[in-house]
Amino acid sequence: MEIFLQQLVNGLVVGSVYALVALGYTMVYGILGLINFAHGDLVMVGALTALQTMMFLMGVAPGMSPVAMLTLSLLVAIPVCMLLGFTMERLAYRRLRNAPRLAPLITAIGVSFLLQTLAMIIWGRNYHTFPQLISTTPVQPIEGVFVTPIQITIVIASAIIMAALILLVTKTKLGRAMRATAENHRVAALMGVDTNMIIALTFVIGAALAAIAGVMYASNYGIAHYGMGFMPGLKAFTAAVLGGIGNLGGAMLGGVVLGLVESFGAGYIEQMTFGFLNSSYQDIFAFIILGLVLIFKPTGLLGERVSDRA
Amino acid sequence: MITLLEARGIGKRFGGLQALSDVSLTIGKGEIYGLIGPNGAGKTTFFNVLTGAYTPDGGEFIFNGTVLPSGKPHLVVAQGIARTFQNIRLFRELTALENVMAGHHIRTNATVWGILTQNKHTVEEERLTTERAYELLKYVGIERFATATAKNLSYGDQRRLEIARALATEPQLLALDEPAAGMNATETGQLKLLIDQIRRDGITVLLIEHDVKLVMGLCDRVAVLDFGRKIAEDVPAVVQKNEAVIGAYLGGGHKNAH
Amino acid sequence: MNELALAVPWLGKRNPQAARWLVIALAIGAPLIAMAFGRTWVRVLDFALLYILLALGLNLVVGFAGLLDLGYIAFYAVGAYTFAFLSSPHFDVHLPIWVVLPLAAGFAATAGIMLGFPVLRLRGDYLAIVTLGFGEIVRIFMNNLNYPVNITNGPQGINALDPIILFGWDLSRNIQVTEEVSINSLFLYYYFFLACVAGSIMFIQRLQISRVGRAWAAMRDDELAAKAIGINTRNMKLLAFSLGATFGGLSGALFGSFQGFVSPESFSLMESIAVLTMVVFGGMGNVAGAIVGALILSALPEILRHLAVPVQQALFGHVLLDPEVLRMLLLSLAMILMMLLRPAGLIPANAKYSHIRHLKSKGVAQ
Repeated sequence: MEIFLQQLVNGLVVGSVYALVALGYTMVYGILGLINFAHGDLVMVGALTALQTMMFLMGVAPGMSPVAMLTLSLLVAIPVCMLLGFTMERLAYRRLRNAPRLAPLITAIGVSFLLQTLAMIIWGRNYHTFPQLISTTPVQPIEGVFVTPIQITIVIASAIIMAALILLVTKTKLGRAMRATAENHRVAALMGVDTNMIIALTFVIGAALAAIAGVMYASNYGIAHYGMGFMPGLKAFTAAVLGGIGNLGGAMLGGVVLGLVESFGAGYIEQMTFGFLNSSYQDIFAFIILGLVLIFKPTGLLGERVSDRA
Repeated sequence: MITLLEARGIGKRFGGLQALSDVSLTIGKGEIYGLIGPNGAGKTTFFNVLTGAYTPDGGEFIFNGTVLPSGKPHLVVAQGIARTFQNIRLFRELTALENVMAGHHIRTNATVWGILTQNKHTVEEERLTTERAYELLKYVGIERFATATAKNLSYGDQRRLEIARALATEPQLLALDEPAAGMNATETGQLKLLIDQIRRDGITVLLIEHDVKLVMGLCDRVAVLDFGRKIAEDVPAVVQKNEAVIGAYLGGGHKNAH
Repeated sequence: MNELALAVPWLGKRNPQAARWLVIALAIGAPLIAMAFGRTWVRVLDFALLYILLALGLNLVVGFAGLLDLGYIAFYAVGAYTFAFLSSPHFDVHLPIWVVLPLAAGFAATAGIMLGFPVLRLRGDYLAIVTLGFGEIVRIFMNNLNYPVNITNGPQGINALDPIILFGWDLSRNIQVTEEVSINSLFLYYYFFLACVAGSIMFIQRLQISRVGRAWAAMRDDELAAKAIGINTRNMKLLAFSLGATFGGLSGALFGSFQGFVSPESFSLMESIAVLTMVVFGGMGNVAGAIVGALILSALPEILRHLAVPVQQALFGHVLLDPEVLRMLLLSLAMILMMLLRPAGLIPANAKYSHIRHLKSKGVAQ
């Protein structure tokens, strides 16, 4: 029972991070029909930029409180990622909106590897220790189940951010313009929506979420390096598909479900396969789920829109 | 009249929309059979169900005395039904000749091994496919563009090419989805001659058309669809005077249909 | 071959016959020229030929059939590991090359069909991600199948793979012609690989101008229309996957034997992307494009490797960008810039799917 609850906690934490990243995928896909392959790498850029800022702050103001330091580093990492998201869209994807269907995807893969390479040049190949500014001393709400304050922060912060995003999309004028653009670019443009601006904004918002997710992810595990965005990126994409791509609520649900599946899978895989496979196979769950969903229920758990563009 | 195709109670629903309900009709060998009706009446849906692009919710097609497989377009083509599309769908990067050669795919059987070794059968089959494709281009009158890339052909020639490609599958029934759409009067006139020629060469034609004049002048019999139902079926002269049909075209169709 | 000759700048259009001989002469003479700069460069050419094989195979899937496969390197891995299992001291099995090569190709083809079945209904970008996942799963298994039973030897990989032995002739040994003159083993491998590439080109061109090649092109250009003319798209996709995989498997087996060891890190996603970049860079959908792309993008990093380090040392006094980083930079920029500036690739496809010569009797000029 303790193992079960412990995996539930772990899954929920990782799932919240996946959900934040998945939102970026799903918003861009919803609006452009593009899998922005490089979205996962924004997670990495966010984490490493925050790390860089923290290092700087520790140098100039050693006595700064951890919360202030975390806030300041987020205030640097988020705009950096937003700018990067904007640049990506402006320089690469915008020109390819009417290109043959494989072109934007291939470009996105190129952008992803370019970001990783640039990160490798700037930050090197090594794993960096990421300062865990929020306490990692676990508390035990139930005997044998460990929860750290940082995990609690991650779950709560994600919930707040997602709620804010939902409000933005459903209640504001901007959100209405986004939904209109996703429905039909041309008609939205005819109705006076500046679709180019809306698409750019979608990338920027997604990038901001990725930056936050990057800081959460790195804080949780205490490490950061140039390739750290790839796997969470893929898994977040899986989460987006699992929930129903193009659907915000779906991305959140998908993220949490995937986090839980992975966590329980890793916890029980050895028993399930009679010791043949162990937890180093944890990463295959996401791919298996992705395959199964796409084959048997391509619209995902909550998806209504069936992509006929792809 | 010898029956070639019989539709028995075909139904198809998309969510809340009943696109086809209980449509039955018979097409005789050697006929030019027209399927008309206002926009959204279910004509193209009927085509898609017939050619296996969609699976019907009810009913079946009997072709040459056997039940057509549903939802398997390639098997339907193998049985001898070929189609064209309302919005021309060619293989854009292939030449005109290669488009028609691709259409011959189902009547050829060279294996990968045969292709690898270029055995006699494969070489001979390839030669025949090429020759036949060229003959078909000639038949529809565009052989001078044999080596032109399909996407570079003019609109009217693309329509002809699509017909040639369909003929390459060696059909007994050729289903044309609005072949005259977007054509000028001269082109429509030439198309009419071509369709007539195809019929005289022994191929039955099923024609969806908006151009009522073309349908009336060309078809032996006509069925009218409105809101997914067949509201009339007869020779053009009779259908033209049918009140339900006139009503449908004037916009009050569904009242008359019931 | 014709496409390749036509792709020769300037000469190709004016005198295809001369261009053809030039290509053949270059292919045969290349290692001799490379040798003038040192043995390493012959080795680079050997690897380039393996990449050409891979690019030809991937081009079949991506360029001809229009299926974006991001897990292609998995088939390379299947081929390499098949060779390692059946021709090394690891299990102490040493089967002859004529048995191992077909098995490697066959296993890879089977893996291709296994991948193909579930992903048949997926299109475009979804297909790309699922194939990527497949590639990663294969790699994860290679990395971890050393426990509880040691099958792949985990991250260390398998060493001491047998060399290629043709009719008792060991390609890994230099041939001593006279006391002073010897033919280096790298040359022997070069010409053997060249023969494999030449055979593959011939096979692929035959496929291209056949009912299969036309069916793939039809499916790529318009899947719905392809179905409507009776093409069984399911079978054609499976065929593309399995034939493409065959080339990957073959190439992988040759790679394993040539390098003498295999380990999971040779089969990372980066390698799949590298091969895809070669195809995209050269021009999707034509054989010449795949070859030129593979040649340039496999040799260029090596050239950079040799130039970059001394140049950087001379300029900055130390190495800023190591060769591996340069390679990644080059590949990712090649992919992005090519898509933005010249999406059809270096050598835009003007692939033929028919022989006009069959129309001689019709009075059509050739």
